[in-house]
Formats: sequence, C-alpha cells, structure tokens
Amino acid sequence: MVSVNYYLALSVILFIIGALGVLIRRNAIIIFMSIELMLNAANLAFVAFARYWQAMSGQIFVFFIMTVAAAEVAIGLALIVTIFHTKSSIDVDQISTLKG
Amino acid sequence: MLLNAANTGGFFYLVPFVVLFPVIGLLINMFVGGRLGEKAIGAIACLGSGLAFGVAVLLGLALVGKPDGLVVPYLDWITIGTLQLQWAFRVDTLSVTMMLVVGGVGTLIHIYAVGYMHDDVRHNGDPGRFRRFFVYFNLFIAAMMILVSASNYMMLFIGWEGVGLCSYLLIGFWYEKGKDGIGNALAGKKAFIANRIGDLGFLIAAFLMFKYFQPLAPNGVFSFDFDSVASLAKQVPPSGILAITLFLLLGVTGKSAQLPLYVWLPDAMAGPTPVSALIHAATMVTAGVYLVARSHAIYSLVPMAQNTVAIVGGVTALFAGTIALAQFDIKKVLAYSTISQLGFMVAAVGMGAFTAGMFHLVMHAFFKALLFLSAGSVIQGIERGEHHVEQDPNLRKRMKHEMHFDAQDMRNMGGLRTKMKVTFWVYLVGALALSGIIPLAGFWSKDEILTEASALNPAVYWLLLLAAFLTALYMGRQILMVFFGESRSEPVAHATESPAIMTVPLVILAGLSVVGGFINFPSVNTFTHWLANTFSAVAEGTAGGEAAPAGFNFVIATVSTILAVGGLLLAWYLYMNRVHEMRRLPQNQRADDPLRPILGPVFTLLENKYWVDEFYGYIVVKPYEWLSGFLADKVDWNFWHDFFHDTILVGGFNGATRLLSGPIDLGFIDGISNFLADGFKELAGQMRKIQSGFVRNYALSILIGVICIIGYLIIRLG
Repeated sequence: MVSVNYYLALSVILFIIGALGVLIRRNAIIIFMSIELMLNAANLAFVAFARYWQAMSGQIFVFFIMTVAAAEVAIGLALIVTIFHTKSSIDVDQISTLKG
Repeated sequence: MLLNAANTGGFFYLVPFVVLFPVIGLLINMFVGGRLGEKAIGAIACLGSGLAFGVAVLLGLALVGKPDGLVVPYLDWITIGTLQLQWAFRVDTLSVTMMLVVGGVGTLIHIYAVGYMHDDVRHNGDPGRFRRFFVYFNLFIAAMMILVSASNYMMLFIGWEGVGLCSYLLIGFWYEKGKDGIGNALAGKKAFIANRIGDLGFLIAAFLMFKYFQPLAPNGVFSFDFDSVASLAKQVPPSGILAITLFLLLGVTGKSAQLPLYVWLPDAMAGPTPVSALIHAATMVTAGVYLVARSHAIYSLVPMAQNTVAIVGGVTALFAGTIALAQFDIKKVLAYSTISQLGFMVAAVGMGAFTAGMFHLVMHAFFKALLFLSAGSVIQGIERGEHHVEQDPNLRKRMKHEMHFDAQDMRNMGGLRTKMKVTFWVYLVGALALSGIIPLAGFWSKDEILTEASALNPAVYWLLLLAAFLTALYMGRQILMVFFGESRSEPVAHATESPAIMTVPLVILAGLSVVGGFINFPSVNTFTHWLANTFSAVAEGTAGGEAAPAGFNFVIATVSTILAVGGLLLAWYLYMNRVHEMRRLPQNQRADDPLRPILGPVFTLLENKYWVDEFYGYIVVKPYEWLSGFLADKVDWNFWHDFFHDTILVGGFNGATRLLSGPIDLGFIDGISNFLADGFKELAGQMRKIQSGFVRNYALSILIGVICIIGYLIIRLG
C-alpha cells in the first residue's frame, strides 16, 4: 500500500505548480487551469486523508469542492468571455483599471 | 377773643396742612396752570402760601391755651434695625414762630411777586416762566415748612435740602442770562456747591449723633427726635457733643451764609428780587439760626462750641458789614447786609441768647424782606424808565454812551425820592429799622443781642457794636445814593412808581418793621416768655437751656443809638456834602464814591470783597480744577483710556487673539488636523503602490497572507 505521504507530496507539488501558474502566467485560461490544479491538489489531499483515516467526510468534501469548481468554471469562463469581448484579449495584465 | 383758649387744642392736628397747602398750590399750578392766566396762577400760589399762614395762626392760638405744644405723628418713615424715623410735626412756640414768619412774610412776598414777575418775565422776554416761578415759590414754602415743623433732625434735613434745591432753581431762574450768558447758572451752581459743603457737615453731625446717642436710647431704638436728643445729651461724652455741634456749625455756615461759606449769598442775587427777599433774606438763610436754636439743648452743654459759633457770627457780622460799605449794586449791598445781620443772629444763638437771636430773626425777616422788595421796586421803576427812554428818539441819543446800562448800579441812580414816593418811604423805614433807630423793629432786637453780648461775650460785643455802626453807615449811603441828589442817568430820571400789588405788601411790611419790635418790649418781654415755653421746657431737668435773659441796659441802648445815628450822619456828610464838593472837580478826576479818595486802597480792597472769591478760586477752585483736569486728561484719558483701555485691554485682547488665532489655532489646532491629513495622505500614497492593478500581485499577497496565517497557526498550535 502506498503511504499517505506520497499522496500528500503529490498534492503539495500539484498545489505549488497551480499557485505558481496563477502567479506567473498571464493568460486567463492558463490561470484558470492552474486554479483547477490547486483545487484538485486539495481534493487529492482530502481523498488521501479520507482513506488514511477511513473517514467519509473527506470524500464528501471532495464532492462539494468538485461542485464548487464546476460552478466556478461556469462563472469564470463567462467572465473571461466578457473580458475578451471588451478588451479583445485575455491577458490579465491588461485588466488593471483598479490600479491605485 | 371768639375762640375759647381751652378748645383750641384740636388745632394742633391741622399742622400737616402748613406743608400740604403749598404742595396743593404747586400741584395745581404745575398740572393745570398752563391753561390758567397769570392772575389765576398768582392767586393759587398766594392762596397756597396764605392758607399755610392761616394754619400757622391757628396753631399759634392753640399754643396760647396750651403752651407746651405737641408732637403730631403723621406717618412712619424709615425703620431699619435700631433706626426708627417718623414723619412727625412738632408744634411748639419756636416752630410756630418760624411758621408764622415763613407763612406771613412768604405770603406778602408771593403777592408782591405776582406784580413783580408780571413785568420781570416780559422784561426778560419769556412770559411762560411766570407759572414756573410760582411752582418753585410754593415748593420753597412747603420745604421751609417741613424744615421748621420737623420733629427730628432727619425730617429737618429733608426740608433743609428742599430749600437748598429751591434756592438753586430760583437763583438760576434766568439761567441763560447774566455774565457771558452763563453768569446766573454759575451763581446757582456756586450756591448749591457751597451749601453742599455745609450739608456734608450736617450729615456727619447726624452720623455722629447716631453713633453716640443710639446706644443710650431706650430699647436701643434711636429716632433723631429733638426731645430724645435733648434728654440723652447729658450722658454723651462732651467730646462727642462737641464734634456734633461743630459739624452742625459747618451746616449752619453753609445755609446761613457765615464765614467761611458765605460767598454764595452775594452771587445768589442773580435770582429775581422776590427770591432774594424770601429765600436769601427772610427765611431760608435763617434756617441755620433756627437749627442752632432748635439744638440749644446740646449747644448749651459745650461752651467751646458756643464760643465758636458766637465768634463766627461776630466776625461775619463785621466782615460782611465792611464789604457792604463799598458795593455799588443795590442788591449786593443788601446781600452783604443780610450776611452781616445773620452774623448777629448766629452770634446771639451761639452765646446762648436764643430768644434774642430768634427775635432778631423775625424782625430781620420783616425789614430785610421790605428792603429787598423795595429794591426790586426801584429796579423795575428804572427798567420802566429805560424802556421809556428807548421809545423816545431824542432821549435815546443821550443814552449812547450808556450802552450797557445797569439798572442795579447805584452810581446810575439818585433823586428817586420824588419819582417813587411810596418806595422811598418804605425803603427809608426799612433802612432805619435795619440801622437800629429807636423805636423801629431793628432797634429792639439788635439792642437785645448787644445787651446779651455785653454780659456773655465782650469780644463778640465789640465786633457787633462796630458792625452795627457800619450797618447804619452803609444803609445811609445806600438811601442817599439811590433816593437823594440828582438822577445820574436818563432811565433813572424817567423812573416811575410800581403798581399797587407791589406797593401794598411793601406798606404792610413797613408797618411790621415799625411796630414789630414791640412784641418783645423790654420789661414786658412777651416774645421771651412765648419762646421760654420751648427753651425752658427742655431745660428743665435736662440740659441747661436759655441763658438768663438780660434786662434792658440803658447805657448799651444809648451807645448803640449814638453809633447808629452817628453812622447815618456820617453817611449824610459823605454823600450829601462831599458829593457837592466833588461836583466842582472836572469829570475825569471825580471819584464815583466819596469814600474812595478817603479810604484809598482800603476802598479798593472792600470793593473787591477782600478778594475772597479770588482767594477761594486760587486756593480751592484752581487746585480742584487742576485736579479735575489731571484726573480727566491724565488719569482718565491718558492712563485709563489710552494706557489701560487701549494699550492693556485692547492691546492685550488683540495680542491674545493674535496668539490664539495664529500659533494656537492655525499652528496647533490646524496643525493636528493637517498633520493627520498629511499623514494619511502620505500613508495612502505609500499604500496605493500596493494597488498595482495586476491580479497576480493580489493573488501573491493573498498567498503570502495565507502562508503567514497558516505558519502562525502551525507555530502556535504545533
């Protein structure tokens, strides 16, 4: 049986990749994908712990997160489409009108 | 007598009406007099005074039956702690004597004034003041009646101040006239201020009286009542009594025009002549004499005060007599004569010869009122002559060199004997009565004073004897200058006699001046016995009252008669014979008075009244004005206004305001808010840099935040 530490290590790697993707990339779609990556890193950690502790609550939380992620994808893609309509670009650095 | 003496006691309760009748008269004239004619105004005023006289007569009749008199309480006046003042009228022989004089002489002068003021208001060009004159006149009678009928010193003081006020109002009656258009007003002011100094003495005496008498009074309640003062006086330390009497004397010198406060009376002649007769000769100025007589119980206790009073009176009598000798204004001569005669009275009451003083007071009221009113008649006769001359173009040409004609200057007069016959005769009677020619009024009263003085105070006797000689001399001089010789100016040559309304009171007063003296005929002494009811009633068992009455002294009577006749003869020699001799000299070498070449510089000294006014001006008025100027210019203006107000207050306020608005408000208060604002602005400037607008940056900060929180939680919990 694979130790839970491996799952967690994979989860952390996935989360860091996602976070870096959010921080570094400018393409809104890529950022979006990176966010999904971070959510799924969390899902992986939940599932790993659920199995490790033999508890169902982790599994259930994963369902909630997948639901939220689906909703988020729906709204996020709609936003990106609208931004693209106005800016003709999905480069997030272009969207800086709230600059102080 | 129709009235039964026993039934007349009820008349005592009429006494408030001696005050109320004149008050009613003046109220009527004040409120409805504007719609009445001069005759009605005059009638109301005369009635007010006359009814008061009638009440005084009834009181006199009542006193015949019950000579002790009565104190009639009228109302409670002031009650403060241990001070309880009543408004109560005192009816005794002394007060009723004064009421009779004030009412009787006052009424005659009222009647005369109706005629006199009719012409006077027209001559001075304001007929509207006729009513005002009689309102003041009735007010004077009321105040004088309060003064003489008072039962305590405070009520007396009200009358005392009231007559002073009337005197002031009437001296300045023609306030816009006189020297430089302000002379009369200044004369009124001078009288008021001189009297005020005297009144201060009176007030201090009253305070001292309260201090010394109140602790002794039964139940500790002091009322200033004459009776209680008299009965308690013996328990008071003599030094206290001495202080009280001497401060009262200061009041006396003010009101009765004695040295050193006499200077106001000659100037008071600025008032219309009836005022001079009533207030400044017959009644008001005798108030001081009355006050000393009224206070006989306390004066008798301190011989030193008595001597002081007597010396003041004697010196004043002589001093004023010498000045009268060299005056040219007909009324000024009479004014100084009045001062001199008041000196006689004050000397008499000072020596303890209260009856003699009061006797002379009454006689003097008759003949001096007569003389003043006659002088008024002379002045108006000349004014009528002046008017006649002005209407006649031929005569007016001769007037040219007399542009400023003075109707009161005796140098312009002469020869009026034939033009104003009635006035001449009554004037002669008055002058002889004043000179002390037997058997006229002045002889008896002056002789009584001289007799008393020879026994009681020889120094004063010699002063008074000399003054009596001077009296005859200056009255002879005046008669001769005014009525004899030739008229020395055109208006006088055309003078005419006054109407009957003026001459009738003159004749009555002349009659009184002739027969008045017999009320105290030696060896009968009706008047002495009459007043003895007052003076000895208090004297019994308490203070020693009246000095033993001196009998008729033949030697003294002869000496004084010789001196009086000698004075008149000397006047005749100087003003009839010498004047004729002087006529022969050329106009420019001719002296205006035969005494001038004889007395030389002394005459100038007398003519200028010893320069007392100038001396007072130099000693008192100048320093006072300097002090006022100093206080006004330096202390008030420069110090208080410029320095204290402008520099300290305004400057300090401006400085404080500047400090508050500048450093404090702008610097500190605004500084705090500006600092806060600037600080937040600066902070915001720093903070806005964080708002880069790049989503990645926000995401990074969220990440860092999350890491920090989680790190913290791990460290804390782990």
